[in-house]
Amino acid sequence: MGHSMKRKEDARFIQGKGHYVDDIHLPGMLHMDIVRSPYAYAKIKSINTEEALKVPGVLAVVTGRDLEKYNLHWMPTIMSDTQMVLPTDTVMYQAQEVAAVIATDRYAARDGKEAVIVEYEPMKPIIDPYKALSPDAPVLRTDKPGKTDNHIWHWEAGNKEATDKVFAGADVVVKEQMYIPRIHVASIETCGCVADYDKVNNHLTMYMTTQAPHAIRTVIALVAGHVGLTEEKIRVVSPDIGGGFGGKVPVYPGYVVAIAVSFLVGKPVKWVEDRSENLQADSFARDYHITAEMAGTREGKILATRFKVLADHGYTDASANPSKFPTGLFSIGTGSYNYGTAFMEADAVYTNKPPGGVAYRCSFRVTEAVHAVERITDRFALEIGKDPAQLRMENFIKKEEFPWKSPTGWEYDSGDYHAGLRKAMDVVGYEALRREQAEKRQRGELMGIGISTFTEIVGAGPSKDFDILGIKMFDSAEIRVHPTGKAIARFGTKSQGQGHETTYAQIVAEELGIPAEHVQVEEGDTDTAPYGLGTYASRSTPTAGAAAAVAARKLRDKARKIAAHLLEVSEEDLEWEPGKFTVKGAPEKAKTIQEIVFAAYTNHPQGMEAGFEATHYYDPPNLTFPSGAYICVVDIDKETGEPKIRRFVAIDDCGNIINPMIVQGQVHGGLTQGLAPAMYEQLIYDEDGNILNGTFMDYLVPTAVESPSWETGHTVTPSPHHPIGAKGVGESPTVGAPPAIANAIVDALSHLGVTHIDIPITPIKIWKILKQKGVIQ
Amino acid sequence: MIPAPFDYAAPKTLGEAFALLEQHGDEAKILAGGHSLLPMMKLRFASPSFLVDINNIPGLSYIRESDGYLRIGAMTREAELEHSGLISSKYPIFTDASKLIADPQVRNMGTIGGNLAHGDAANDHPAVMLAMRAEVVVSSSEGQRVVPIDEFFFGFYMTAVQPNEILTEIRIPIPPAHTGSAYHKLERKVGDYATAGVAVQLTLGRDGICSHAGIGLTNLNPTPMRASRSEEALIGEKLTDAVIARAAEMAAEDCNPSEDLRGDEEYKRAMAGVLTRRMIHRALDRAKA
Repeated sequence: MGHSMKRKEDARFIQGKGHYVDDIHLPGMLHMDIVRSPYAYAKIKSINTEEALKVPGVLAVVTGRDLEKYNLHWMPTIMSDTQMVLPTDTVMYQAQEVAAVIATDRYAARDGKEAVIVEYEPMKPIIDPYKALSPDAPVLRTDKPGKTDNHIWHWEAGNKEATDKVFAGADVVVKEQMYIPRIHVASIETCGCVADYDKVNNHLTMYMTTQAPHAIRTVIALVAGHVGLTEEKIRVVSPDIGGGFGGKVPVYPGYVVAIAVSFLVGKPVKWVEDRSENLQADSFARDYHITAEMAGTREGKILATRFKVLADHGYTDASANPSKFPTGLFSIGTGSYNYGTAFMEADAVYTNKPPGGVAYRCSFRVTEAVHAVERITDRFALEIGKDPAQLRMENFIKKEEFPWKSPTGWEYDSGDYHAGLRKAMDVVGYEALRREQAEKRQRGELMGIGISTFTEIVGAGPSKDFDILGIKMFDSAEIRVHPTGKAIARFGTKSQGQGHETTYAQIVAEELGIPAEHVQVEEGDTDTAPYGLGTYASRSTPTAGAAAAVAARKLRDKARKIAAHLLEVSEEDLEWEPGKFTVKGAPEKAKTIQEIVFAAYTNHPQGMEAGFEATHYYDPPNLTFPSGAYICVVDIDKETGEPKIRRFVAIDDCGNIINPMIVQGQVHGGLTQGLAPAMYEQLIYDEDGNILNGTFMDYLVPTAVESPSWETGHTVTPSPHHPIGAKGVGESPTVGAPPAIANAIVDALSHLGVTHIDIPITPIKIWKILKQKGVIQ
Repeated sequence: MIPAPFDYAAPKTLGEAFALLEQHGDEAKILAGGHSLLPMMKLRFASPSFLVDINNIPGLSYIRESDGYLRIGAMTREAELEHSGLISSKYPIFTDASKLIADPQVRNMGTIGGNLAHGDAANDHPAVMLAMRAEVVVSSSEGQRVVPIDEFFFGFYMTAVQPNEILTEIRIPIPPAHTGSAYHKLERKVGDYATAGVAVQLTLGRDGICSHAGIGLTNLNPTPMRASRSEEALIGEKLTDAVIARAAEMAAEDCNPSEDLRGDEEYKRAMAGVLTRRMIHRALDRAKA
């Protein structure tokens, strides 16, 4: 613990020896490519496969009508909405799957796809979510009996009446309309699978890019049970994964078609998306239109917040949220501040855009919530003329006020917000920067300082509230220690780059006193790993990491019994120090954990089970609440509008740290994925629903060149309820960075009367503002 | 990459390459670095039925000065330009441009000849060549011809290179003393095509008066564009801030940018002006150094 061990998995990754879905080649394997709709909304008049079937190597073209025969043309989403696998009549978004071409090799499949002729009758799509709600808008989901509008659900949290009352009586009320743009996880590895159905044994092996293999197995059994694929006949294997970020939680139609085809022909079928398909069709993230308001006193006491959200879900609600949380954990949006009144509401709508939205490196809509509260806090500071750092310091929940009951019902476990912000201010030299900014303004130069002091909410979650499709959100660990003292540990989670093989090994090593090098970690194979809900929402360390600690402690209890037997003393006479039990007062009398484990197989006490294994399914008592204080300094080139991040200081508090190097790596990656929507990324659609930037040429994923030199640091406030005091960290920087950057840029322009700019804040947006304000000609 | 089917040959001599081009006519495409052609084939925007890979033909990659010209072989990789001592000491404009082209992996493969022969106004070398008044050597089985850069670009993806020809060399007149050059482009992120790009080469006389000026614009016109009026505004003048500002304004007025995701016409025009002014200043500093 607290030790920067090099990642065990990197030896294979840096040598190009990782094993991904597309590396799987099975004898007789067929290849699939998918015909996609060029229209956002159209009737399918006909699908002509004649020419495609003439392409050498093409074996079949599968349409919705074919799947309909087996009742496999529809599937449920994680949010219990419904989604076409392949359409029989209508396409609902551009790039929707229309037909699948099966061929003997990848090239023939693609050539066949080009030869499929689909005749469409385009219809006028609804792209603007506000228009989708207008009373005269055509109803998109005509597949849902009795549906009379495009509204999906309404959600509320907090106390409307009390909040309205505070707002009505407040000295100061500020309000901003914010759009958190539709973005994409854009993981380096796209999605794909090899579905391998064995007709003789009625057994499906599904190699798949999934963050949640166990849940997927259950979903396949629920969807395909009627054709004989029951859960014991299904093995899901998630091999190495090149980034998930939430995008590999949903089930995409391609997976289902591959399974259906493999099931029908009895041969393995591989489907791997190309980059454009991944960007254009797979689940998006965000796409929240938020009206954010804050009420307070002229002196700077925050009294209440009120958020109203319009959530554009596209064609279907394919969010990846816990069942009872249609807006995810958006209600964390009251932030790090001590006030008692808040109200939030959200309405979700259907449009003719690809479905979603997934929790992109964001514990279920926390990014949207944090952006709203951190931006409106800055807006409030601007309104009353108080320094935004000072305002935060005056309103933070104090360290001694934890556990803190938030106005929307969360119980924050621990935090020290004052220490975090003070540290960030000291590292960046806050007071000197404010003086520099004042001088530069005199000279007409544009410089801004932006702060974000966020509270995250991760580690879903306690079974009383958290489930996905009814399955409670516990997670699991199983540790087997072999006679020679070496262990294999298996988990219900699945690393996509987070470094579980190292972090979990360190937890087991810490608790069991064996070297981390001697702990082999395995995940992702449902035939061997214990059941768990998978890796997303920064939940692995809070849930499966906790399970590892508890399982290891069960083993330590057993080790104590065996040591007492070997040393012929009572258990109470033994003391644990890492790696061995010693007899109190006679430290020369000791048994190492390796000796004890060997005895568990060779000389175990009568009446005790042999072997040295333990399993634990950990149901967290609460979520963990990591926090952070980020400060961004930005300089703006007035003539071009280009903002340049000069400094970015990120002080994170994720409780006790298991591997500082892995945490730092996570923070660097997360900050860059926070920079992305702040300044670069947005999926852009025209009014006909055409995506305008469906390739990496125009969907601007920032690189190392765009990234500033991140300055990272920590404060440590352990979680009081987690077995090792750890909290999640993977998503904190993605959540915390965008408002810090946006606040910095707005701060640079605030003296011109600018109060808000929607992200991504691009040079051209800034240039247009400067022109409009008369700063440039 | 899953392109449409195509045939492929990798001749070892220019003669063999010419024969293949004659045989396949405009169905054939020349494969040099491949970093413009292959992405188009991947997306099936281009489906040539025959690729003539000229990477195995010796003698097309060099950077040398002779007979009053800087001569660059068409197959010279961007990375070779980037790391050439001759280029960085005497022709810094190439270093400016090379390091802005795509990313190191692309520059290891992409060639200067391909960058020009692709005929894309968004590529960076065309503007540099306009500023430096380059000549392009085009070869075929019938021999060589030399095309002035101003007669090289015809239209979108169209150049003076005919289907039976191969671009083999770029010649740049060695500039006199007190010449400075500079290139910069605005890009949304590294590796992007230019939102706007400007190349400038200036020569100062003994009296400090500008004797020669070349200004090329990237992605501000359907074809690579010479900012002629801006050049004329500089030649014969002492390059005061006011003179430079006027030349920059002319570039902004004269260019013909089209709106895309990189910006609207107003922004691109303004950036043409800003960059022209900045690059004239940078070239001037280098000319004086």
